[in-house]
Amino acid sequence: MMIPSALAGVDVGGTFTDVFVLDEVAGTATVAKVPSTPHNQAEGFLAGLEAGAGSLDRLATVVHGTTVGTNALLERKGGVTGIITTAGFRDVLEMRRRDRPRTWGLWGTFEPVVPRDRRLEVVERTLADGTIRAAIDPEDVKAAARTLIDRGCEAVAIVFINAYANDANERAALDAVRSVWPNEHVTASHAIVPEIREFERTSTATLNAYLQPTVGRYIGRLEAALQDRGSAAQVLIVQSNGGVMTVGTARQFPVRTTLSGPAAGVIAAAHIGDAAGYPNLVTCDMGGTSFDVSLVAGGQSALAAQTSIAFGMVIRSPMIEIITIGAGGGSIARVDAGGLLQVGPESAGSDPGPVCYGQGNDRPTVTDASLVLGRINADRPIGGKLDRLDLEAARRAVSAHVSEPLGLSSPEAGAEAIIHVANAKMAGAIRLVSIERGHDPKDFVAVPFGGGGALHAGALIRDVGLKKALVPRYPGVTSALGCTIADLRQDFVETWNTLLDSLDTDALSKAIQALSDRGTATVTGAGVALEGVATLVELDMLYVGQTHTVAAPLSVPAGGVVDRAGVQAAFEAAYVATFGRLLSGIAMRVMNLRVAVVGKRPRFDLALLAPSADATMEDARRGIRRVYVDGGWHETAIYDRLALPVDATIDGPAILEQSDTTILIEPGLVGTVDRFGNVLIGEKNG
Amino acid sequence: MGTIDPVTLAVLNGRLEQIADEMDATLFRSAFNPIIAEAHDASHGLYDAITGETLVQGKSGLPIFVGAMAFAVKAVIDKVAKDGGLADGDVYIFNDPYAGGTHLSDFRLVRPVFRDGEVFCYLASVGHYHDVGGNVPGNYNPVATECFQEGFLMPLVKLFEAGRFRQDIVDILQANSRLPGSLYGDLNGQINALDLGVKRLVDLLEQYGEATVKTAFIELKARAAALMRAQITDLPDGTYRAQDFLDNDGIVDEPLPLALAITVAGDRLTLDFTGSAPGCLGPVNIARSTTVAACYVAMKHVFKEVPANAGVLEPIDFVIPEGSILAAEAPRPVGGYTETILRLIDMVFQSLAQAAPERVNGCAYGTINALSLTGHRADGRRWVMFSFFGGGHGGHPEGDGLNHGNAPISTATIPPLEILEAAYPVVFRQWALRDDSGGPGRHRGGLGAVYEIELLEEKADVFLFGERGRFPPPGVVGGWPAALNRFSYPTPDGEAQPPMASKMVDIKIKRGQAVRLETPGGGGYGPPEERDPHAVARDVRLGFVSSSSARDAYRVVVGDDGTLDGPATAGLRAGKAA
Repeated sequence: MMIPSALAGVDVGGTFTDVFVLDEVAGTATVAKVPSTPHNQAEGFLAGLEAGAGSLDRLATVVHGTTVGTNALLERKGGVTGIITTAGFRDVLEMRRRDRPRTWGLWGTFEPVVPRDRRLEVVERTLADGTIRAAIDPEDVKAAARTLIDRGCEAVAIVFINAYANDANERAALDAVRSVWPNEHVTASHAIVPEIREFERTSTATLNAYLQPTVGRYIGRLEAALQDRGSAAQVLIVQSNGGVMTVGTARQFPVRTTLSGPAAGVIAAAHIGDAAGYPNLVTCDMGGTSFDVSLVAGGQSALAAQTSIAFGMVIRSPMIEIITIGAGGGSIARVDAGGLLQVGPESAGSDPGPVCYGQGNDRPTVTDASLVLGRINADRPIGGKLDRLDLEAARRAVSAHVSEPLGLSSPEAGAEAIIHVANAKMAGAIRLVSIERGHDPKDFVAVPFGGGGALHAGALIRDVGLKKALVPRYPGVTSALGCTIADLRQDFVETWNTLLDSLDTDALSKAIQALSDRGTATVTGAGVALEGVATLVELDMLYVGQTHTVAAPLSVPAGGVVDRAGVQAAFEAAYVATFGRLLSGIAMRVMNLRVAVVGKRPRFDLALLAPSADATMEDARRGIRRVYVDGGWHETAIYDRLALPVDATIDGPAILEQSDTTILIEPGLVGTVDRFGNVLIGEKNG
Repeated sequence: MGTIDPVTLAVLNGRLEQIADEMDATLFRSAFNPIIAEAHDASHGLYDAITGETLVQGKSGLPIFVGAMAFAVKAVIDKVAKDGGLADGDVYIFNDPYAGGTHLSDFRLVRPVFRDGEVFCYLASVGHYHDVGGNVPGNYNPVATECFQEGFLMPLVKLFEAGRFRQDIVDILQANSRLPGSLYGDLNGQINALDLGVKRLVDLLEQYGEATVKTAFIELKARAAALMRAQITDLPDGTYRAQDFLDNDGIVDEPLPLALAITVAGDRLTLDFTGSAPGCLGPVNIARSTTVAACYVAMKHVFKEVPANAGVLEPIDFVIPEGSILAAEAPRPVGGYTETILRLIDMVFQSLAQAAPERVNGCAYGTINALSLTGHRADGRRWVMFSFFGGGHGGHPEGDGLNHGNAPISTATIPPLEILEAAYPVVFRQWALRDDSGGPGRHRGGLGAVYEIELLEEKADVFLFGERGRFPPPGVVGGWPAALNRFSYPTPDGEAQPPMASKMVDIKIKRGQAVRLETPGGGGYGPPEERDPHAVARDVRLGFVSSSSARDAYRVVVGDDGTLDGPATAGLRAGKAA
C-alpha cells in the first residue's frame, strides 16, 4: 500500500463536479470533470475523485467546496426546524426588516423556512445594557422543545432579544434544550452571530439550524463512502469566508458553507495572480445565468458582513464579497417596448439553454451571439454535453429578436450588439467593486474563470481600463484548485457598542487575546499541516449618530495591548479611505470587534501546471476560422490553448480553445503565456 | 440633435444609472440619521439643464422623489432665470415645499454641471433630516395649521458660491435644529454624493463626448415615453373612477374626500382629481408637484418596466383643481404629505383595477405612522426616537400580500428593535404580526404589525401622525378591506385612543407605561369565498385569521384543532351561491 500524499480539491457545481489533484511528492497535478449528481452529490464527488486521483489510496486530504447548503436553502430542503424565542417576538423572522423584494411593483410574498406554529415563545427578557429583566425558567424551555419535537422538528434555533449584550438566558436555554433534544441540531444565536440586530441574528441562527440535518447527513455520507473505499483521507470544507474548516465545525455551522464554491474560486484566483506578480485582481466568474465579480487587493479578498440567499433569507457571517449580476451565457436578449436593447436578467440557464442547444428555447442568448460571431466553435461545444451547436437557429433568433427590431442589417450586427450590451453590464459590475470602492482600475488585472468569462475579458479590460486579463491555465476547475490552497480560518465577532472615549482598552486587549487563543486552538487542532497562524483584528466603528459602520483594521502590537489613540487612528484612516473627509467634533463609537484567526497552509508551486518544455507554436495551431469582431469578419488563427509553449506571443485577433473555455484575443490586443501557463491579455502597445 | 446607435444608447443608459446609484449609496453609507441611512429617505439624479426634467434617477432612493425632484431643479432654474448669477461650483440648498419641495424635512441640494461655460445638466440630492425645528421633534406635527409650526423654511440659497463653502448657511441650519450634529453629518454626506456624481459624470463626458451623452438623454426620454404609451394602449379605453378618504386633517374631525377619474384614450391617460376636498386647515395638504410625483410612483408600481425618467409622464395629462388639497400654496401646512400621497396611490390602484384587474393589487396599509417618543435622560440630555412603522401589502394576482412591508412610496427598512433599545430608553414588549389584519380575498392581504413600546425613563411625550384609522385600506376585484389602524396609550382612566383616530400630540407617559400601535394589513384581491379552503385553514392554524373571520369572510369552517371542516365549508359556500 502506498503512503497517501496527494491533496484533492473537489468543487461540486450545478452541472459539473470539478476535481484538482495535487501530488507534490510525485510532482503531478491532474484535473477531472464529471457530471454532478444532484440527487446525491456524494456520488459525483466520489466519481470525480476516482477520475482525478485514480486510486483513493493516494489521498491524504480532500478539500471540498459544496453547494449542498446553498441548494438546500434555495430549494427549501433543509430540516424541519423550530424556533424558541422571547415572548412577544415570535414573528421577527417573518417580519424581516420591513422590506419588499423589488422597489417597483408590490407583488412580493415571503414564506419563512420556519412557519409560525413552530416558533414558540418563552418568558424571558434581557435589556439592551445586558441587564436580565426576566430570567428563564428551564422547565418552560424544555416544554417548548418537547412541543417542537412533537411537531416533527429535527433542528431548533434559540434566539433571544438582546442576547448579543448578555447571553446568559440563551446559554441556560441551550442547556435546557440539549437535555431533551434527541440530536446535535441545536443552534443558539449568540454562538453563531453575537451581534446586534435581531432579525439578522434570528435569520442566521435559524438557517443554520435548518441546514444542520441536511449538511450533517451529507458529510456523513461522504465520510462513510470514503471509508468504504478504504480511504483514510481527511475531509475539509471550504467556508464562505474563503478559509477551510473541519467537518466537525461544518456540521456545527453549516450556514458558513453557503458561498463555499465561489469563495474557493476567488482564493485560487488570488493565489494564481499573486504568483504571477499581480496582487490586485478582479475575479470574474461567468456562468450560465450570472456573472460574479470579486475584488482582491494586495492579495487580500474583500469580505462582506452578510448576504441574502434570496429575499428575506439573510445570513450574517463574514464571507467573500461577491457581486452577482444577471449576465451569463444563457442571459436572454430582447428589445423592449421602448426600443431599447436589454440583455438579462432573464436567463435560459443550461436547460433549455441557448437557442443553439436545440432544447426548445427560441430567444437569443449571449452564447448564441458568440456563436453567430464565430467566437465559439459549433463543432466543439465546451463541457462535452452536446455534440454540436445549431448555428443557423442562433442566427435566426438573433435576427428576429434583435437585428430586425433595432433596424440592424445582419445577424452579426445584432449579435455584436448583444455582446456589447452584455459587456457593458459586466463592466458595470467590475466598476462597482473597483472604482466605486476607491481603487484605480489601472492597478488591477481581470481574472476570468468559469466557462464564459475568457470570451469577454479583452472587452472588459478596455471598457473599465484594467491593466490586463489573466486567464488561468485551467479556468474551468479554478474553484477545485482553490480548495487545495485555502487556509484554515475561524472568524469571531462581538458587539461592544461603546464610545471610544469610554472604551476599556484593557478589556479589549484581553478579548482580542482570548478570541485569538480560541481560534488558534481550533485551527491548530484540526490536524492539518500549517506554516503558521495569524490573527487579524478589525473594529466596526462609526461616528455617534451614524448607523453604518466602517471596518477599521487594527494592527495589534506584540504583547497584544491596544490603546485608544491607535484605535482612533485606525478608524480615521479607514473613514478617509471610504468617504474622503473626516468629521470634526463628533464622538466615535466602537460597535463590533472582529477577530479572524488564519492557519496558513503551505501552497504548492504553480509551476507544476506549466506547459511542457517541448511544446511548440506549430503543434498548438488548429487552423483558421472567420471570426466577427469590431464590425467585420476577420480571418482568425485558432490555437489549442493547453499546447501553447511558455512565452508564446499571439496577436489578436485570435481564438484559444480548450475543453472548458474559449479565449478571445481581440484585434489590437496581444496574448502571452507566462511560466505558469497563464495567458495574459493586454494592449499590444501597453 | 445628433444620432446615437442603439448599442451606445444601451451602454450609456447603464452608465448613467450607475452614477445616480453610486450617489445614493454614498449618502446612505455616510448619513447620520437613520431615516436616510436605514430608511433610504433620500434620492439622487441627473436633471435637464433647461427644463429640470428627470434624466436619470438612482434606483435605490425613495420612490416618491423620482417624480418630485424635477420640480426642485426647475425651481432653481426659475430662480436663476430671475436673479442670474449661476456659476460653476455653485450648490443651492432649500426645503421650500411650495417651490418644488415635499415637506420641510426634505432638504435639497442642486448643483449645475458646467461644460464649456454652459450648464450641461444638474445633479441633485435630497435627504430627510432628523429635525428641522418646529413644534414637534422629528417634524411630523399633526396639529399644524401653518408651515411655520412644522419647521423652519429655507428658501433657495447658495450653500457653495463658485466652489466656496458658506459656513454662515450651515450656521443658520444648525441653529434651527434640535439635532445639529446629525444635520451637519447628513449635509456632508449629500455634498460627498454630489462631488462624486460630478466626478463620475465628467469621466463619462470625457469618454463619450457631450453631444453623444446629450443625445442619449433625449433618446432615453423618448423611449420611456414610447414604452409608457405602449403600456397605456394595452388598456381598454374608458373612464375609471375611485373615491377614498383621509380620516381628518388633525384639526377638524371630518373626513376629507379624494376623487380620481382615470380616462384612457388610445395611448394617453388623463388623471382628473376633480371632486377632491378643498385645501384644509391641517397638515395633509400637498403641493401640485407632489400630486404629480405620487401619480408617477403609482404608475411605476403598475407598469414596472418603465424607466425612471421624465418620458413616463409625457403621455399623461393631469387635472388638479386649483385651491384643492392637492394643489396647496404657502403657508398651508404640508408636513403629513406622505399620508395624502399614499391615498392617491391607493386610488390609482382602485381605478385601474376596473381597466386591468390582472395588473393591480389590493391597497397597501396606507399610512406612514410617524411615531415619536421624546424626553430627557437623567443627565438632562434630550432624546428623540422617531420612526415610521410597517404594515401589510395588498393581495395580488400571483398570491397573498406581503406581511409587514414598507410603504409604496418608500424602500425604507425599519431599524432593528435592538438598535432602538440600545439608543433610546425604551423596551419593546411586542413586535409581532397583527392577527386578522389582512383584507380577506382570494389572495389575502398581508398582515400589519403590532408594536408595543414601554418607557424606561421617568417620563416622555409621544406624538403620532397616522391615517387609515377610520377608512381601511380597500381590496380590489372583489377583495375585502384590511383592518383599521389603531393606536392606544395609557391614561389615569385606562387605555385610550386618540380623538382624531391616528393623530395626536403631547401624550404623556411615565416609566413602566407603554403605547401600542397596531397597523393595517393590505386589502384583499378577489372574492374571499374563492380562496382555497385549505389555505384558509392554514391561516387559522397559524393564527393569521380567526376562525370567526374564516366563517364570516371566507365562508370556511375550521375546527378547534385547526383542521378544515370540508362538508360544513361546502354547505356554507353553497348557501352563499344559492
